[in-house]
Amino acid sequence: MIRTEEMLLNVGPQHPSTHGVFRLVLKIDGEIITEARPVIGYLHRGTEKLAEDLQYTQIIPYTDRMDYLAAMTNNYVLCHAVETMMDLEIPERAEYLRIITMELGRIASHLVWWGTYLLDLGATSPFLYAFREREMIINMLNEISGGRLTFNYMRVGGVKWDAPEGWIEKVREFIPYMREQLKGYDQLVTGNEIFMNRVKGVGTYTKEDALNYSLSGANLRCTGIKWDLRKEEPYSIYDRFDFDVCIRDGGDAWARYHVRLSEIGESLKILEQAVEQFPSEGAVLGKVPKVIKPPKGEAFVRIESPRGEIGCYIASEGKKEPYRLKFRRPSFYNLQILPKLLVGQNMANLIAILGAIDIVLGEVDG
Amino acid sequence: MMEGLLAAEASWLNFGIFFLLAVVLLFVVLGFVTYAILAERKVMGFMQLRYGPNQVGGRFGLLQTVADVLKLLIKEDTIPKLADRPLFILAPVIAFTPAFMVLAVIPFTDKFYFADIGVGLLYYIAISGLTTIGIVTGGWASNNKYALMGGMRAAAQMISYEIPLVMSVIGIILLTGSLNLNDIVEAQKNGWFIIWQPIAFIVFLIAAVAELNRVPFDLPEAESELVAGFHVEYSGFRWAFFMLAEYVYMFAMASLITVIFLGGWLPLPFLGFIPGAVWFALKFTVVIFILIWFRVTFPRIRADQLMEFGWKVLLPVALANIFLTAILKELLNIF
Repeated sequence: MIRTEEMLLNVGPQHPSTHGVFRLVLKIDGEIITEARPVIGYLHRGTEKLAEDLQYTQIIPYTDRMDYLAAMTNNYVLCHAVETMMDLEIPERAEYLRIITMELGRIASHLVWWGTYLLDLGATSPFLYAFREREMIINMLNEISGGRLTFNYMRVGGVKWDAPEGWIEKVREFIPYMREQLKGYDQLVTGNEIFMNRVKGVGTYTKEDALNYSLSGANLRCTGIKWDLRKEEPYSIYDRFDFDVCIRDGGDAWARYHVRLSEIGESLKILEQAVEQFPSEGAVLGKVPKVIKPPKGEAFVRIESPRGEIGCYIASEGKKEPYRLKFRRPSFYNLQILPKLLVGQNMANLIAILGAIDIVLGEVDG
Repeated sequence: MMEGLLAAEASWLNFGIFFLLAVVLLFVVLGFVTYAILAERKVMGFMQLRYGPNQVGGRFGLLQTVADVLKLLIKEDTIPKLADRPLFILAPVIAFTPAFMVLAVIPFTDKFYFADIGVGLLYYIAISGLTTIGIVTGGWASNNKYALMGGMRAAAQMISYEIPLVMSVIGIILLTGSLNLNDIVEAQKNGWFIIWQPIAFIVFLIAAVAELNRVPFDLPEAESELVAGFHVEYSGFRWAFFMLAEYVYMFAMASLITVIFLGGWLPLPFLGFIPGAVWFALKFTVVIFILIWFRVTFPRIRADQLMEFGWKVLLPVALANIFLTAILKELLNIF
């Protein structure tokens, strides 16, 4: 008899494929994982606690740093929560700017996911192609907000800056360009036999699992559940746009890949309509009191971030600062299914499964 | 000239001449490695919308690799405390020496080769198999779990891919009736073996890429899974030795593909006035370019799929090719 031993393997916090400081303690038998224990918290900054001493406008930059790949949606969820509490009216133009920047952010986020996922699977080029397009988006967002990653663009009651001259035109020109590139992505990667073998049937879970683990975003839609808050509970002005919710049936990494790639296409549709309907003039910041003091009470709002449902709960005592602020951070919830998915898989699948969940450690650790 | 030397009695003069030629080849190979790395980075840069090296040594980064090697030489040489010290030190040498040894049998032109062995092809495959030992040793001696897994993967992969590699060239051996690489080139006067043996070529190319541990078969290093695989604990010039071995193998394997499938130094029809060395270099460059192209295009295959592919696809195809070749040879009687 050959005597074999289980080996304890530490993956991370410094590992090229854990997308940040995420740590996994694995028990492996050869290359087969028998037990996986995620360890998080290496990037914990205590956003929620810090927020209790800050005025609402001051919290916005902190939200940028949670999901740093889609900071616009984070900005929005906080502002949206405060606005809901204070019952504020948002100017039309501001709503459109919010939608456009959020959808651009969603595309940028999915592009980063696409590039880094392929990088995890060993293909180096897609990463650089994805970043070429992302760079254009980042430049546009930079022009409008002054930041490339942490925008701090939205304010309670509207947005901070109006779009500069010719900005909308740039977005308009970007849409057909991006559509063209999407075709190229499909040609380079989607049909690749090696890629299909790597992702098909990998990390599969059922609808029930997805619901029980409260997954959201592409991780939920890949099981065939049609749930997108932009459609189900339209916030902002999403009810004015015609777009589809992308779903697939497989529940595996391959389905998640397709959901995300087609979501880029849907975001482009929204952008196209938003740019068409964009009001030529108007204020970008509504009538907001000088000091933002939501009335006593509490509110919870949720919106669809690129990674899933991001929620914001505010408990207010009627002061300038929130009494308690809580974010439902989709990456954190989506990550919970990981140990279940990993058991029985090998090391190579570990990367494919973890990558397909699409986590951002800033968001997982808060 | 070479035949005369090879057939001559052993003497100090002969030794001196061979030694000198070997030194020349060493420099050619090192020069190749230097510029192959640069070319790889440049071609990758071109395909990936980047510039690649463009600062050190003038416009095209001509001295970039030299600078890199110098940096590696003066880097601190760390050996993990719990590593198996003698093996750790020996491993890069074991991995690296066969890489140079295989070059002896490659006929670069009809006049320039170092050894005219009857079993040249077998020699190449046998010696190149030794590198696996170096890699496994390195992975084991590092006392690192990632390195161990990389080393084990390397062993599994290189052994399973050597078999289709050998099987695929048996068709060619059938056609030429010789294992001698010079004879194999001579036999291609009527048409390169890439035309007579297309299946063998495809199998050989895939198995060769796997042997070279290059994308899409770079599992032993698998950067995103195993961090750096078998050489994760190596730094400085020891690490450089592994890299050097890898690139010398790339040189050797590209030469071998040129010799057995692309007609070596043989010219295309009507272009016989161009010297053989140029033809060799041209074909060789095309093979290298294809290897780099692979690296830019493909994702990495998974370890278990790699094994399946090797044993269940490549090997049967290579075996079928042997039968097909034998039947065709009997029926058509061209060779």
